[in-house]
Amino acid sequence: MEELVNITIDNQKITVPKGTTILEASKKAGIDIPTLCFLKDINEIGDCRMCIVQVEGKRGFATSCIQKVEEGMVIKTHTPEIIEARHVMLDLIISNHDKDCLTCTRMGNCELQQLAAKFNIQSLEFSGERKEHPIDNLSPAIIRDPNKCILCRRCVAVCKNIQKIGAIDCSNRGFESSISTSYNKSLKDTNCVYCGQCIQACPTSALREKETIDDVWAKLKDPDTYVVVQTAPAVRVALGEEFEMPIGTNVTGKMVTALKRLGFDKVFDTNTGADFTIMEEANEFIERFNENNNIPMITSCCPGWIRYIEINYPELTPHLSSCKSPHEMLGSLIRTYYAKKENIDPEKIFVVSVMPCIAKKYERQRNELSNNGLFDVDCVITTRELARMIKHANIRFDNLEDSEFDNPLGMSTGAAAIFGTTGGVMEAALRTAQDILTGKDLDKIDFEQVRGEKGIKKATVNINGKDIKTVVASGLGNAQKIMEEIKSGEADYQFVEIMACPGGCIMGGGQPIKNSTTRAEIDIRKLRSDALYSIDEKSNIRKSHENPVLKKVYEEFLETPGSYRAEKLLHTTHGKNI
Amino acid sequence: MKTLEEIHKIKEEKRKELELRVHTDLDTREKHILVCHGTGCTSSKSIEILENFKNIIKEKNIKNVRVVKTGCFGLCAKGPIVIIRPEDTFYANCKPEDCEEIIQTHIVEGNKVERLLCKDIDGKIVNSLDELNFYKKQKRIALKNCGVINPEDIDEYIAFDGYMALEKVLKNMSQDEVIDEIKKSGLRGRGGAGFPTGQKWELTKNVDSEQKYVVCNADEGDPGAFMDRSILEGDPHCVLEAMIIAGYSIGANKGYIYVRAEYPIAVQRLQTAIDQAKEYGILGKNIFESGFDFDIEIRLGAGAFVCGEETALLESIEGRRGHPRVKPPYPAQSGLWGKPTLINNVETYANITKIIINGADWYNKIGTKNSKGTKVFALGGNVNNTGLVEVPMGTTLREIVYDIGGGIPNNREFKAAQTGGPSGGCIPKEHLDTPIDYESLKEIGSMMGSGGLIVMDDTKCMVSLAKFYLDFTVSESCGKCTPCRIGTKRMHEILEKICNGDGTEIDIIRLEKLALNVKDSSICGLGQSAPNPVLSTLKYFREEYKEHVTYKQCRSKECKNLAQIEIDASKCKGCGICQKNCPVNSIEGEGREIRKINQDKCIKCGTCLTKCPFNAIK
Repeated sequence: MEELVNITIDNQKITVPKGTTILEASKKAGIDIPTLCFLKDINEIGDCRMCIVQVEGKRGFATSCIQKVEEGMVIKTHTPEIIEARHVMLDLIISNHDKDCLTCTRMGNCELQQLAAKFNIQSLEFSGERKEHPIDNLSPAIIRDPNKCILCRRCVAVCKNIQKIGAIDCSNRGFESSISTSYNKSLKDTNCVYCGQCIQACPTSALREKETIDDVWAKLKDPDTYVVVQTAPAVRVALGEEFEMPIGTNVTGKMVTALKRLGFDKVFDTNTGADFTIMEEANEFIERFNENNNIPMITSCCPGWIRYIEINYPELTPHLSSCKSPHEMLGSLIRTYYAKKENIDPEKIFVVSVMPCIAKKYERQRNELSNNGLFDVDCVITTRELARMIKHANIRFDNLEDSEFDNPLGMSTGAAAIFGTTGGVMEAALRTAQDILTGKDLDKIDFEQVRGEKGIKKATVNINGKDIKTVVASGLGNAQKIMEEIKSGEADYQFVEIMACPGGCIMGGGQPIKNSTTRAEIDIRKLRSDALYSIDEKSNIRKSHENPVLKKVYEEFLETPGSYRAEKLLHTTHGKNI
Repeated sequence: MKTLEEIHKIKEEKRKELELRVHTDLDTREKHILVCHGTGCTSSKSIEILENFKNIIKEKNIKNVRVVKTGCFGLCAKGPIVIIRPEDTFYANCKPEDCEEIIQTHIVEGNKVERLLCKDIDGKIVNSLDELNFYKKQKRIALKNCGVINPEDIDEYIAFDGYMALEKVLKNMSQDEVIDEIKKSGLRGRGGAGFPTGQKWELTKNVDSEQKYVVCNADEGDPGAFMDRSILEGDPHCVLEAMIIAGYSIGANKGYIYVRAEYPIAVQRLQTAIDQAKEYGILGKNIFESGFDFDIEIRLGAGAFVCGEETALLESIEGRRGHPRVKPPYPAQSGLWGKPTLINNVETYANITKIIINGADWYNKIGTKNSKGTKVFALGGNVNNTGLVEVPMGTTLREIVYDIGGGIPNNREFKAAQTGGPSGGCIPKEHLDTPIDYESLKEIGSMMGSGGLIVMDDTKCMVSLAKFYLDFTVSESCGKCTPCRIGTKRMHEILEKICNGDGTEIDIIRLEKLALNVKDSSICGLGQSAPNPVLSTLKYFREEYKEHVTYKQCRSKECKNLAQIEIDASKCKGCGICQKNCPVNSIEGEGREIRKINQDKCIKCGTCLTKCPFNAIK
């Protein structure tokens, strides 16, 4: 039985399980304690001192985000002394912060700004020297701006402890401290894989995406350019959050309407690309499985993951599927199949991908993801950037009517929808693989074992009397465990799915940023993931190979999965582009 | 490997040989020339002195004389120090070239070398150590062997009851009995905070764990403090012995000594001591056939002040950046690699063996009601006898400064003393008679600290003093928590503003508010105590702050921007030296005229002050 302790918080007696922190206990008592460096389960180090409280009989202040309650504890959370101390702490933090809020991407969604508003900071009592640091904007995906940094170290914790990368850490000490890479190199010259989890963790905009909205506006303005946009599966279940809609709302229809209003010539669906990916990947898997060629085969949709394996396990890159990621496949088809069909000069087409991902910005400029000297995708913007464009255009998103993606590259299956969550690619691939292997249209299409929140999920699937051992990992810390198993030879998986972000693309670095309180209280991953599974469930077609668009494109253009043309347009090489 | 019997035999034989070290009246033809090999004396060529002595003795083929390197005698101002025993002759400020004369006159001819004999403050020649006022009020417990034994010879340590406390503990005492004894002794942590040592041991013992650790905090970082260094340099075995006893008491088999790399002599002697103890089987498996194993390793610190904070120290031992952890959990519950860990400071350990041998009741009688035993201070600043002193708790500051320290040089007035270094506070004249113990120091706004004791005369500006200490904490703050990282910086900026003459009344109020909040909100002891110099100077010398902001004056003229340098017409002889040396030609007057400073031109560099042969410029 759970051991309980009785405590008093602000004269309120409550009973909570042993091991509860003062912060959690206060929350249960309906008392809000401000935090800044705290990020539940990720960063619990008590640096910022915003969450200090008084414990009767104890000297000084207690750190409520770390300190556990004890039997009989009497806690005060809002005495004048505490309020003054918190105010002084916030004053100090702001005194060393670049206060250009009006031109900051996080305006309105900055935890520091929110606290400043709460604390009614109108002028600074303790202003003084402010450290000025150079901004690192050399990487294709992430901008590192230490002038906005408040040294909460949430980014360090997620990079080091969750993703097990450790590209950034604290350097120097005291007032000179800054979050930096080793030797303060640009992120592009480190082992950073651009997963963007640091951006998700950052309470300010010290870490932010490299915005490319202006490139999109410029092309939309140009009458000679045919601007095509495609949106990833995970975008549609998160974009609404930027417009105050509940987490996990599916806004596909409104999103398509908004994109059309913004002036894109065609609005296609990356989900269609995902169906192509499954066709190619399932066939590749069956072939490699039968030949026992570089088994286990590992998925290749996630660019953060690709950069990770190329840096950390280059000897294992032959295990990667040669498939391009869905938006790259679709980009390639837009410039070839679609351009030919519509008689458009491929050079005049500008392909924009809206992605939940930061690393896609890096992926799109990899040289091998091009054809005839043209990149498959010209520009990647994140879910957040799309929201900014919609706001910029003054479109009232919540009032929009629904509309449909354009044909032909706008039709997709339920299998493609779940690509956006951990386990989704595996499930989609298994649906197709089992039909191909058995030659039947099987009814069993839900693979519950690969769904859910766990970082590593293992499942053995029997197809045609053969056991296929699969493993699904999300978060690079978990990926590392699987890679070590494969490297040491103790693993006997046949098919591995890896996504760099914990929870998959729905929790990608380009998704709407949720503050630490929301992250602590709401299971964002589950809500967004449920929305994707619900799209799948409601779909008439739930297997990629049954998508009529695919049938048509293969018939008219690609011939068969793995054909010469398919290889040229839909597959790539890995391992040479670190 | 030595059996207990063999160790007892070493003790007996060696003690006979060394009896003359502690009995001045011993009738013997033997002579021991003790040469201090602490850091202070070695940096003034005491190694060369020792070599010279050895060579001369060898050359002259003199019998019955032994040259011994020892740890610190304490009176560093008189170093390099050479003591000849048994007669206890004290030669001060010796040079390598003096060796010949000392050997010839003292050893061969039996006369003292008058010119090298130590003189007391009053100019009186001192014939033996005991006559020195410096030593009269001292009581050496932690420093008992310093300056008596050769720290690099385990046999000499054994001769003076070394490892007998360990034998007593392993053979005759249970874990609880040891802890009880320490508790009864009333010993409190000498690192600064003064937590009851026995209680700490008990807490660590009571946590159930397969693996526990004993750690010695030898990361002495207070500027001007060198108590721990001297103990490690002069008597490293006493720390090892205490750590083994601690290990036995709490149930740990592994110890770490975290010592700063800037203490190369201490590190080398510790390593020598560890090697010797291992050779004798005193460290390692089955110590004294008790079935108890214990091992000690040295870990070097890179000199960050924050690593003296126990949890930052643990992080550093674990190989990470020295950042403090939030407490609780305390190290006793979750320390090194998450295991229960006992951390004590060097000086605390140095008291343990003596308590075990002489008993808690003996120790208990020394000191005050709540602070037992003695405390070692590194006495420095404007005081005649700078050096290391060990006094019983309850000794007054006046006794330390005037009786032991010999008062203030140049007949200046005592203004304040800073205990606890940058973490402590200043004690003004009106508290000179406060008996020094943990509580009373805290009451008057200072703290015991690790033992730095800086005396200041009336030429010191207290605002500048606060700024000086803040300067240190700003650069030593680890940067982990907000109040220490930014708060100390802002405090320093305000102090700078005041010292530059740009401060206002409001700045004083802001400074005090900030200081109080930094003190209450910081994660670790560094930040919590960093405001102490500010708060205590504000408490006792607020007037000086006010003079700085209201009248733009610094009474001690330390704040250059505020000082007005003037020539006293009654003293000026018109020599013109000041004029010649003034870099900005601000001094006016010709020939034998009395000179005058043009204040508009003067940059207050102070050159004229130092150049005037008649003290006419102020």
